[in-house]
Amino acid sequence: MYEIKCDVAIIGAGPAGLSAAVAAKKEGAEEVLLIERDTSIGGILQQCIHPGFGLTYFKEELTGPEYAGRFGDEALALGTKVLLDSMVLEVVPEENAVYCVNAAYGMTKVCAKSIVLAMGCRERTRAAIQIPGSRPAGIYTAGAAQRLINRQNAMVGREVVILGSGDIGMIMARRMSLEGAHVKAVVEIMDFLAGLTRNKVQCLDDFGIPLKLAHTITRIVGSQRVEGVYVAAVDEHRKPIPETEEYIPCDTLLLSVGLIPENELTCKAAVKMSCITNGPEVNQYMQTSAPCVFACGNVVHVNDLVDNVTVESMRAGACAARYAKGELDHDSRVVNAVPGNHVRYLCPQYICCGGNEDVKLFFRVLAPDSAVTIIARCGDEVIAAKKVKRVSPGEMEHILVPIQKVTGDVTVEIKKEE
Amino acid sequence: MLKTNVVVIGAGAVGCAVARELSKYQIGVIVVDKNEDIGGDASKSNSAIIHTGYDASPGTLESQLVVAANPMYDQLTRDLDVPFRRIGAILPAITQEQFEKLPAIKEKAFNNRVYDVEYKTGPELLEMEPNLNPEVKGGLYIPRESIIDPFIWVQALAENANENGVAFLLNTRVTGITTENGKVRSVQTTGEEIETDYVINAAALYCDEIAAMVGKADYFVNPRKGQFYILDKNASCQVEHIVLPIPTKLTKGKLMCPTIHGNMLVGPTAEDLEDKTDKDITTEGLESIEADVKRLIPNVNVRETVTQYCGLRPNRNPEGLHFDMWDDLEGFVNLSGVRSTGLTLSPAMGKYVVQQMMNHGLELTFKENFVKNRKGVVRFHEMDRDAQEKLAAENPAYGRVICRCETITEGEILDCIHRPLGARSMDAVKRRVRAGMGRCQGGFCGPKVIELLAREWNMPVEQVRKNNEGSYMVVGRMR
Repeated sequence: MYEIKCDVAIIGAGPAGLSAAVAAKKEGAEEVLLIERDTSIGGILQQCIHPGFGLTYFKEELTGPEYAGRFGDEALALGTKVLLDSMVLEVVPEENAVYCVNAAYGMTKVCAKSIVLAMGCRERTRAAIQIPGSRPAGIYTAGAAQRLINRQNAMVGREVVILGSGDIGMIMARRMSLEGAHVKAVVEIMDFLAGLTRNKVQCLDDFGIPLKLAHTITRIVGSQRVEGVYVAAVDEHRKPIPETEEYIPCDTLLLSVGLIPENELTCKAAVKMSCITNGPEVNQYMQTSAPCVFACGNVVHVNDLVDNVTVESMRAGACAARYAKGELDHDSRVVNAVPGNHVRYLCPQYICCGGNEDVKLFFRVLAPDSAVTIIARCGDEVIAAKKVKRVSPGEMEHILVPIQKVTGDVTVEIKKEE
Repeated sequence: MLKTNVVVIGAGAVGCAVARELSKYQIGVIVVDKNEDIGGDASKSNSAIIHTGYDASPGTLESQLVVAANPMYDQLTRDLDVPFRRIGAILPAITQEQFEKLPAIKEKAFNNRVYDVEYKTGPELLEMEPNLNPEVKGGLYIPRESIIDPFIWVQALAENANENGVAFLLNTRVTGITTENGKVRSVQTTGEEIETDYVINAAALYCDEIAAMVGKADYFVNPRKGQFYILDKNASCQVEHIVLPIPTKLTKGKLMCPTIHGNMLVGPTAEDLEDKTDKDITTEGLESIEADVKRLIPNVNVRETVTQYCGLRPNRNPEGLHFDMWDDLEGFVNLSGVRSTGLTLSPAMGKYVVQQMMNHGLELTFKENFVKNRKGVVRFHEMDRDAQEKLAAENPAYGRVICRCETITEGEILDCIHRPLGARSMDAVKRRVRAGMGRCQGGFCGPKVIELLAREWNMPVEQVRKNNEGSYMVVGRMR
């Protein structure tokens, strides 16, 4: 079997993997290898040809390929090696090994001192949400349609309904419109937007595309190709109200109904998983329950902004490099980060005490709210707090926790201002 | 005008099994089907179980054929390279009322000559199936109930028949049958007309319409819908056997079992319909599956579904599996009432039909060069690492994974496209090699498979279809 030895092996050359590679090189790892299943680097950003990336990190507005290009160029300039067109079949932490297969070398064993999981996420399907009706052609996840249009030059349809107000769904509403399709509605079961507000403004409002909040699709019609969908308002239990049902003729249904971290390899490697994020549990070094395995980006938890992925992945890459050199100090005291009032989950889930780097805890809230205070506390002692104008489940929040003040489990909660 | 000896109408399990059996002899056979692929209807949407016949009505043709077919599968699935496993079924009694029904079920099995059914106590059943309802009072164990890949079974029969000289006309609908002096003469289709001595009607759901073409419609077929859940391979609650409910007077009920590829199958419903094209998944249907199966397996979690599907059982009125050849219509063989057991009984039906035709005067001579074996597409993900390494080294296409969920390589997809009766559509690829059957349901591999089909069949991308005419995947290139 073809064998490659390296210090840090990174699975996935999307935004997470590329940022991790840059940071690992800068931290002094000699051999850094990116393993990528596509035929070029950049991951999902290659098909995200719209602008809006990098506003936080670069303070300028880039397209997906441009954003990925900056990190790709830097990673390659720093001497990162890339194995393209290669699918990882198994990660074996006990052997410090990654097994992959590609057309050029066949089965390949990558031996690495540390391994970074950066596989991203996948989209929930029509079947996962059990939409009733027939099963014709013309039903795509928004990302699959985006790939077909932006990378494969294939137009998916002409008359479109989109279910779910996630960011990719709204961006595809605009993209389909620009290619001459008629987007008849974006239908969202919740009574609030799933994605970013700016995407609603730029992708729906500017194109006159109606957003139907608190509505869902009750039936798909079509024997060969989609012919239409029934849409109905939902009650407070998210059950359709039959008398509100209306028929919308269309040839295409796009789904933007959620993303799931892609953790087949993680599960197979017996790394401890979170049942809330569906990603591996990590500490602030982005280290998983298998000490040589790190994880970052959407494989850990689904992010709204790629800029956040970059920051998190740089930490993962740097820590993986330190681990490879035997320099990742471990304080034996590990505490939990616990989601409190109105908080769905926290990432990282664990905090290693000691050291002098403060810990940024990322989280998502359970429901939209305004004029709230985010509070982090150890027991009854408040160790960090900040006021925010509004919070939404569609947008990631964070709070910086001073490491010196962490004496036990840290709870983060949302408090309504009096 | 084409000319042959036998036209088989319907390329499902039964039609293909009959065609394969005939292909052992020196006789011309053409199989005609309206769908774009073999096994494109009832044979693709069923419970994928090879039954023993323990619960058939004793003395019927169905009982006779199912009981005869079950033991044939060990050898046939080896010869034809079809995934098959004898996992056994259990029939747990949860209530006292159900418990009291067990002796009658066992006796019925005996009368069907299924002699290996055994009583099991509650604790024994719980040891076999820890996820069973702990209130189980006892039950029956039917060891030879088995699971199969139903798609590959039909493909294997068809490919092997094809290798032995049987022609297949797909995308071809039968529009009429001409008879002359009480004898079959030709079959009209949406393609060419076929002059033939025999017509075998294996059209399942549409067998009444075919029979009507020769004035033999003394029955009608109404569809009985069955909806199913397929659960993720990682589903939190799994079973190792086919777990069957105790049947009621009205229905055989809803079961849970593993599929041959390691998913969980939960269902089916039984809903009588009139519309032969209604294949809608319904919320009510899915909810009834969950409610019923939870009585057997309380922890089953249908939220862990990767897909749902439904099939239509061709339910005959009046009921029952019928084989008919009529004295006043020489050359016409009518099969009707092939239902849930159709997949199971297909190889026995093949033999039965051919023998009956011989009894009615058909003279057949064995082919000296009949090829009995068929080799399927390799299954990369089932191989050990050394075998994978060897395969990828020999052919780089096996080193390129296209479907990440099921780990299906480009080599497998190319093989399934280029072999006899190769895949021309997305669903045909999916049924042959499982690309798109996993938890992302083709979200990742779908766009790649579209391009592979367009490239390999050298067709414009808008001609790539999900399955039949009209099910286009994309409307065309943008620029």
